[in-house]
Amino acid sequence: MSELEKVLRETARRLLEENQVEVIIGFEQGTLPLRTTPCFIRDPDQVDRLVWNASCGNNLAQYLHHTTGKVGIVAKGCDARAIVSEIVERQVPRENVVIMGVPCQGVIDRRAIEALTDGREVLEAYIADGKLVLRGAASEETLDLQDVLDDGCAVCQHRDPPLYDILLGEPIGGIEGAAVRPTVEQVASWNADERWAYFSTEFSRCIRCYACRQACPACYCPECFVDQTQPSWFAKSDDLSDIMAFHIVRAFHTAGRCLDCGACARACPMHIDLRTLGKMVEKDVRELYDYEAGMDLESVPPLGTFRVDDPQAFIK
Amino acid sequence: MSAEEHAQADWEPTIIAFLCNWCSYAGADLAGISRIQYPPNVRVVRVPCSGRVNPLYIIKSLQHGADGVLVSGCHPGDCHYISGNYYARRRFTLLKGLLESVGIEPGRVNFSWVSAAEGEKFSQVVTGVVNTVKALGPATRLVKRG
Repeated sequence: MSELEKVLRETARRLLEENQVEVIIGFEQGTLPLRTTPCFIRDPDQVDRLVWNASCGNNLAQYLHHTTGKVGIVAKGCDARAIVSEIVERQVPRENVVIMGVPCQGVIDRRAIEALTDGREVLEAYIADGKLVLRGAASEETLDLQDVLDDGCAVCQHRDPPLYDILLGEPIGGIEGAAVRPTVEQVASWNADERWAYFSTEFSRCIRCYACRQACPACYCPECFVDQTQPSWFAKSDDLSDIMAFHIVRAFHTAGRCLDCGACARACPMHIDLRTLGKMVEKDVRELYDYEAGMDLESVPPLGTFRVDDPQAFIK
Repeated sequence: MSAEEHAQADWEPTIIAFLCNWCSYAGADLAGISRIQYPPNVRVVRVPCSGRVNPLYIIKSLQHGADGVLVSGCHPGDCHYISGNYYARRRFTLLKGLLESVGIEPGRVNFSWVSAAEGEKFSQVVTGVVNTVKALGPATRLVKRG
C-alpha cells in the first residue's frame, strides 16, 4: 500500500464517520491484474478496499449523475475537470460533492502493454519506482512505466486537479513541452480525403456498443439521440453512414465540453481512435472562443453564450 | 456513352436549404415574386430561426440524398428572436470545423445570412452553392446505401 493510498483511506474513513458524505466513489482492485473498478463505499469499515495506482483509468465523475446525497469522490486531474464541467452545466450542486483531489502521474494504456508483451497472459502485476513488473505463467518482465503510459497522459497539462476540497499528495504541475499528441498533429496536417480515409477506417470497426458514451463524463442526457425513436435520427445499423453519423454527432455534442480524458478510448473494445476528432474540435474551441473545459467554475460553456463579433468568415 | 456516363453527364445536385422564416425564406419569396432566376436544385425547408437548425438535420440530409446543404438566417443583429442566430453561428462554426476535420468536403455544407430584402443575394447564394457542389460531384461520404 502506497503512502497516498493510506492517506486516501484515512480521509475516506473520516468523511464517512463524520457523516460529511454518504458515499465515497473511488477505485478498488479489479479481478484481473492491472484493472481497477469503480467502487461505492458507504460503510467506514470498507474503506480499505480503496486503491490508487496507474491503472485507475475510468473517469469517476460519470457516476455523480447516478448518486444522490453528499458524495465524496476520488478525482485525478481529468476527473476533477469533469466535475467542474458538471457543476458549470448545473448537473451537480457544488455543495453536494467533496472532491478528494489526487495529482496524477498518468494512467497506463493496457493496449501498449498487450503490444509489448505480445499477448502473453499477465497473471500478476505491480508498479514500483517507475517500473511495471509483469509476471506470467513462465516469465517475469519489467517494463518502463513511461513506455506504457496513455499517450494523452504523456503530454498532459492538467495533472493536478483544478478544483478540490482535500488534496491528497503534493501538486506535480503539468508536463513541460509539447501539448499535442503526435497522432492529432498528423491527422490535422492531412487533406480531406486522407482524413476521411483515416476516420472511416477507424470508425468502421465500431460495433455500436456505446461503451464510449457510457464511460464519458460529458454524456449524461437522459435519452441519447441514438436511442431516440421519435424521431429515430439514425438507424442502429453497422452501415458506415450510420456509424459515422453517430461519431460525428457524439463529437459535436461534446464540443467545448470534451476534456480529452480518454475514458471513451479506454472503454472501447474495438481499439478505435476516439480521441483525435474530439481533440481537433477542442483546438477550434480554444482558438475561436478562448475556452478550455473544466478549468473554472465561473466559466460559461462556449455554445451557451456568444459575442456579437464572433468570427464568421465562412458565412456568405 | 455508357448508361453510367449518361447519368453522370445529366447529374444535377440536390441541395437542401434550411431557411429561417423571418429573413431568408422571405428573401427567397422576394426572389420568386421579382422573377429573379436561380437554379432549381434547391429544396427549401422553412424553419422558425437559424437557431432551430439542429446539426442532426444537416447530417441526416447528407445521409439521405442531399449533395449539399445550405443554412440561411437573418443577419447578425436582425434575428426575430434577438439572439437565435448568434447562438447558431457558434454552433455552425464548430460543426463546419468538425465536418471538415472528419473529411467531409468543405463545400458540402454552406451557411449564409440573407435578409427579407435580399432576393438578389438569395439567388446569388444559391447559384454559388450549386456551382460549388457541382464542382465537388455527387456526395459519396456519409451517404447511406441500400
